[in-house]
Amino acid sequence: MSSRAQILAAVLANQPTILPMPAFQPFSPTGENSFDKFVATAKGIGSSVYFLSGIAQVKQLIYTNFSAGRIISPIEELSDVAEFDFADLDAHTLEDVELGVFKAHFGVAENSALWVTEDLLGKRVSPFICQHLMLLVNKTDILQNMHQAYDRIGAANYDFGTFIAGPSKTADIEQSLVLGAHGPRSLAVVILD
Amino acid sequence: MIQELKDHATLADDFNKDEDRVGWHDDTLWWIREKRDKIAWQVPDWELLRDAASNIKDHVLSNLNPYLLQFEANAIANGITVHWAADAAGHNQIVLNILREKEINKLVKSKSMLTEECHLNDFLADNGVDVIDSDLGERIVQLAEEPPSHIVLPCIHKKKEEIGALFHKHLGTPEGNSDPQLLTEAARHHLRETFLSRKATVTGINFAVAETGEFVICTNEGNADMGAHLADVHIACMGIEKIIPERKDLGVFLRLLARSATGQPITTYSSHFKKPRENQEMHIILVDNGRTKQLGREDFRNSLKCIRCGACMNTCPVYRRSGGHSYHYAITGPIGAILAPNLDMEKYSDLPFASTLCGSCTNVCPVKIDIHQQLYKWRQVIVQNGYAPKAKELSMKMMAFTLSSPFVYHTAGKMGRAVLKYAPFTVNNSFNPWYKQRDMPEVPSASFGEWYKKNRN
Ligand code: SF4
Repeated sequence: MSSRAQILAAVLANQPTILPMPAFQPFSPTGENSFDKFVATAKGIGSSVYFLSGIAQVKQLIYTNFSAGRIISPIEELSDVAEFDFADLDAHTLEDVELGVFKAHFGVAENSALWVTEDLLGKRVSPFICQHLMLLVNKTDILQNMHQAYDRIGAANYDFGTFIAGPSKTADIEQSLVLGAHGPRSLAVVILD
Repeated sequence: MIQELKDHATLADDFNKDEDRVGWHDDTLWWIREKRDKIAWQVPDWELLRDAASNIKDHVLSNLNPYLLQFEANAIANGITVHWAADAAGHNQIVLNILREKEINKLVKSKSMLTEECHLNDFLADNGVDVIDSDLGERIVQLAEEPPSHIVLPCIHKKKEEIGALFHKHLGTPEGNSDPQLLTEAARHHLRETFLSRKATVTGINFAVAETGEFVICTNEGNADMGAHLADVHIACMGIEKIIPERKDLGVFLRLLARSATGQPITTYSSHFKKPRENQEMHIILVDNGRTKQLGREDFRNSLKCIRCGACMNTCPVYRRSGGHSYHYAITGPIGAILAPNLDMEKYSDLPFASTLCGSCTNVCPVKIDIHQQLYKWRQVIVQNGYAPKAKELSMKMMAFTLSSPFVYHTAGKMGRAVLKYAPFTVNNSFNPWYKQRDMPEVPSASFGEWYKKNRN
């Protein structure tokens, strides 16, 4: 008998009488202002937060903070300040990217996570391999919690998607928090009006 | 390994030779436990969330066969190759076969307790495959040639000076420098080189969604993503119990996992892998290795609900003061002590005794596993099966260990000295030989508060 057949048979023999899937409880809302909560949580986990009113201001922010180094962004309006056509490159060639700028679908107030999918990233590796990361989210796209997040995602058909909350980090050495483990050393969250 | 010949009590004694280290280990883990409490209390309906998680897992275990089939079909439709492994050896062989077919002999691996359980690294090394662990904590214990001592915090037992010395030797950092920032930066450079040069990666899986065939990996460092998005071949390994029914169930589990584990609102990355990249090969290995057997053990089935958050370790007075290595099994702490005897009742017969049955683990578990009750039940099964002629001896050792440790201040201590003296051994049962007054080791005569002060200040 193949391992597959053997395992499936053993599972079938040993699984108990079916218990019902619990009706999904709607959890009571926090009563907090989602927007304020999002900002406070983002700052609390080491992100910087900017409130800007349009792409021109985003460009200004990039100019001010990243005068040198390679910048990538699949956002067409930024193609004069960032490399736009990188989706067809070999992923490894992105290793010298200083800054990546991407749009996020939405943010989640309770943990400041931002949801991005492959189609917003150019390449899957881009938000991980860059030294610094900037994510743009519309002010109206801040949700309260993860239940709302998955309601919003629904049956969306992405190939890869990820929640990003803060810069990459580790506390493996005596629980001392260090930002910049393997991914970006910083995350700038830009909230667009 | 010599360690495997010793039982928990002996290994705990070894760990306790360095009192300062024990105190530091205890305090560090308790601090993480407190962070967990603080953030959990901020979430309205935390208890409802735990209920939901527990019920979803109960449901999955009762319907696992159809869910596995559904997951497999969807994953295949997504372009992923699905393998099944009955045991550790089968799992390891599948990994090796995939690598051999691609003529790859170097691998970068992100954290996966399943691969620790299967001793994948040793097997691959014996077969000429070089493995580099990319989680910083795992890399540290790998360089030290030790197993992880905690499922979430693999090198929680190591002082920064020891890590500095390891990095000096292996990565060329300045001698005597143990600044976490500098050491992390050195590891970042070393591992970036690794990510860029390795053609294959092995990762674990936190959740596998039957409805969509996607799987989710949670990390703070971004190492699983760096490995997976740069490698030509991604092999993701999971125990068959990792299945959840629908995507929206992730809302429940992602709210619980990081809060319970480290007191964070969520891990930095919660990555959802649905399809391979263009020209990438993606494999999933579904592993049994004793899980179907545990599924059939009514008393211990619940242990399969575990989401590997580590909260039960952080809160456990015995774990905190005996160290992860004293459990001589890949999964340490209270949950490890339930899972290990399922695989080898004789070899791990000591582990269910490495507990005061105080119930703190059960109180924090995000999926509401009745951990301390299962430990108690294991003791009976072990004795009934004749695997514990030493049961009494183990119990007495445990008692002596417990009484000499000031840990009770964190848990049982608040209930007063009577609890210390008689509880947590309040169950009168012939399998708990230390219940009988005459068998109890001598209780320190000073009140515990005095004792604590004298020994801690
Ligand atoms: S048993 Fe519960 S508390 Fe322990 S690691 Fe598993 S999920 Fe976490």
